[in-house]
Amino acid sequence: MVKKIKNLKEFSLSNDRFEGANLMCPGCSHNIIVREVLNATNDPVIVATATGCLEVCTAVYPKTSWDVSWIHIGFENAAVAAATVSAAYEVMKRKGKLPPATQKMVDEGREPKIVAFAGDGGTYDIGFQSLSGAFERGHNFMYVCLDNEVYANTGGQRSSSTPIGASTTTSPAGKVSYGEKMMKKSMVEIMADHGAPYVAQVSPSKWKDLVKKVQKGFEVNGPVYINAQSACTTEWKHAPEDTIEVSDLGVDSCVWPLYEIINERDEHGIIYNTKLNITYRPKNKIPVEEYLAAQPRFRHLFKPENRHIIDLWQKAVDTKWEYLQKREEAGV
Amino acid sequence: MAKKYELNELEVWDGNMAAAQALRQADVDVLAAYPITPSTPIVQNYSKFLADGYVDGDFIMVESEHSAMSGCVAASAAGVRAATATSSQGFALMVEVLYQASGMRLPIVLTVVNRALAAPLNVNGDHSDMYLGRDSGWIQLCSYNPQEAYDLTLMAFKIGEDLNVRLPVMVHQDGFICSHTAQNVYPLQDEEAAKFIGEFKPVNTMLDVANPVTHGVQTEEDWHFEHKARQHNDLMNSFSTIKKVFDEFKDLTGREYDFVYKYKMDDADVAIFALGTTVESARIAADQMREQGIKAGVISLRVFRPFPFNEVAEALKDVKAVATLDRSAPGGTFGALYNEVSAALLAHGKNPVMLNYIYGLGGRDTTIDMLKEVYKELDECAKAGEAKYPLQQFLGLRGPKLAFY
Repeated sequence: MVKKIKNLKEFSLSNDRFEGANLMCPGCSHNIIVREVLNATNDPVIVATATGCLEVCTAVYPKTSWDVSWIHIGFENAAVAAATVSAAYEVMKRKGKLPPATQKMVDEGREPKIVAFAGDGGTYDIGFQSLSGAFERGHNFMYVCLDNEVYANTGGQRSSSTPIGASTTTSPAGKVSYGEKMMKKSMVEIMADHGAPYVAQVSPSKWKDLVKKVQKGFEVNGPVYINAQSACTTEWKHAPEDTIEVSDLGVDSCVWPLYEIINERDEHGIIYNTKLNITYRPKNKIPVEEYLAAQPRFRHLFKPENRHIIDLWQKAVDTKWEYLQKREEAGV
Repeated sequence: MAKKYELNELEVWDGNMAAAQALRQADVDVLAAYPITPSTPIVQNYSKFLADGYVDGDFIMVESEHSAMSGCVAASAAGVRAATATSSQGFALMVEVLYQASGMRLPIVLTVVNRALAAPLNVNGDHSDMYLGRDSGWIQLCSYNPQEAYDLTLMAFKIGEDLNVRLPVMVHQDGFICSHTAQNVYPLQDEEAAKFIGEFKPVNTMLDVANPVTHGVQTEEDWHFEHKARQHNDLMNSFSTIKKVFDEFKDLTGREYDFVYKYKMDDADVAIFALGTTVESARIAADQMREQGIKAGVISLRVFRPFPFNEVAEALKDVKAVATLDRSAPGGTFGALYNEVSAALLAHGKNPVMLNYIYGLGGRDTTIDMLKEVYKELDECAKAGEAKYPLQQFLGLRGPKLAFY
C-alpha cells in the first residue's frame, strides 16, 4: 500500500519506527536516510543491518533504537540475512503459519517490507558476494547501501567506494601521495546488471526523490538496490550542520547523480527493456571543485602539485553525466 | 503439503541419505546450503525430494557456506526451522557464523560430514572440522554409522529446539566411511518422525509485526561476559534435555543412546578412546585382544559438546592404560581428546597411563591390526604401571617414526 505524503512537515511527523536518540554522530546522514526509507511506507517493515556505524549505534544491549523487527549477523551477510527472512516469510505465508497480527496485515494488502541496510564496506567490498548471490536468486527485498565512501565505523579506512584523491587513514595524503588512487566502483550499474527490477541512486537531501524511489522499489517484485549518498561529518570532515549542504553540492555538481534503472520484465522474469531515468537535473551544474572544497578530506588536492586530480575528477564526473544522459535518451 | 514418502521397515542408506531423510522428515522450513564433498549428496538428495514433491519448505542454494549459515541464522531468527549440511573447508568458512548462531540462541541443525582441512587439500575424512567447531557453543553429537546419523539428526531438532536449550546442534558423521557406505537403516515413518520432533516453536520471531524484536545486538564489557557465561551455563545444562530426548527415542525405537559410548568397559584393563567410525573397528580389535587374554575395551563420546566430564571419568575409573585417538592434527600440543580425558581422570583422582595417538589424517585407513598394536602397547604399559612409549605417536605413518612428549 503506497503511503501518501503531502509535505515535509507531515513526513517528518510520521510515526517513527527508528529512534533518533541513538549513538550516531551529530550530522550523520545514516539517520536521515533510514528515517526517510522507513517513513516511506506505513506497511510493516523488517530490517537486517550489516556490521557498521548504523548497527553499533542503534542496538547496544539493553537498548534498541528499532521499533521494527531487526537483525544483525555480521559484516558481510546483510543481503543474505534480509533475503532469507524474506524466504522464511514466504514459506510461512504459503503454509498459513504467519503470526496472527502479520496475517491480518497481509489480508489488508499490507505485506511486510524487508529491507537491508549496509555501508559501502559491507556492500562494495566484504558483502559483495552475499549481495550478488541474493540478487541472482531474486529474493523479494530492498537493499539500501548507506554510502559514505569509507570504513567510517573503524576509523576511516579506504573502501572500493572511496573516490580518487580522498585522504583516508589507509590512503592518507602525504608528501608524495595525493591520497586514494582508485576511482569509485560503479555499484549502481553492477547491481542493475544483475537484472534487478529496480535500482536507484538517491541522496537524503532530495527527500521527495528518495521517498518516491523507495516507494517504487517497495511495489516491485524482486530484489531492489538503492545506493544512498551518506555524507559523513566524521570522515569527510565537514561540520555536522553542513551535511545537507554537502549532499546538495554532490548532487548539483553531478558527482552524485540521481537516477534510476528499471529492468522491465515479463511474467517469466525475462527482461524486455531496460530504462535509465535521470530524476534530478541541476539547473546550474556547479564545478566539482566546489564539492571538493567543502570537505577537508580533499583539502590537499588544492595544492599545486595535486591540482591535476581535481581536473581528472571533473573529467570523470562530466563523462559519467554524459553517459547517463545518452543512456536515458536512448532508452537503454 | 508435502507428499508422504513411502519407507520400508528396513532401508539401505549411506550416511548422506540417512541425514537427508531425517532433514526431510523434520519438515525444515528453510534449508540454505552450498555443496561440498563429501556432504554434497545430502543436499542433492534433499533437492530430489523437493523436485518430487516430498518437501514443503524452501530450499535455497546460496553462493557460499558463509551465506548458508547466515541464511540459517536469519531464518531461525525469523521464527522458522532451519538446517544445512557441510564439510571441511565449508565448515571453516562457516565458523564466524557458527558463533553468531549459538550466541543468538538459534536452534539450527547442521549435519557435518567430517573431512580434513587443507593444506594440503584433501577430500577424505578426519575430524579437523569437528574439532574446529568445539568452542563454537554448539551441541555436537557423534554418529558412527548411517543408522546413528539418521537417529541423531532427528533428535538434534528436538534437543536444540527444547525451550530449556535453544542452542544449535551439529550431528557428525565420518566422510566416506559413513557418508558413502550403504548400510541397513531402520527409519521411522514420516508421521512418527514428525510426531517425535514436534512442531517448531518460534521464540521472538521477527515475522510477528505486532511484537518487534531486535536480534544480534552489540554487548561490550558491561554485558558480554554475562551473556557468554549464561550461554555456557545453558549449554552445560543441556545434558538433562539430551538425556530426556535419548530416553524418549529409546521408548519409541528401542535404540539406546548415552553421553558416553562403552564397549566391554566393565572389566577392561586397557581402553581405546576414539570417535567416529573407528569405534566400530576398535570393537573388533578389542574382541580379538580378549581372545588373547587382554581385557580390552572401547570408549567413545556420543556427545562431544557439552563434554561429559564425569561420565568419562566414571567409565575409565578402573582402567590401567588408555589410548586417546585424535583424528586431527594437534598443532603443537596433545590431541584435544587426550587433554580433556586426562583432565577428567585427574579431577577424579585417577592416574592411568595415558597415551595419545594421532591417526587417520586425510582419510588414511586405520586397520584393525593397527588398533591391535595400540592395545599391545597399552597392555605393556598397564603391566609395567608406567608409560613405556612416548606419550604422543602417529599411528600408521610412513617414513621415520615421529613421537613427542
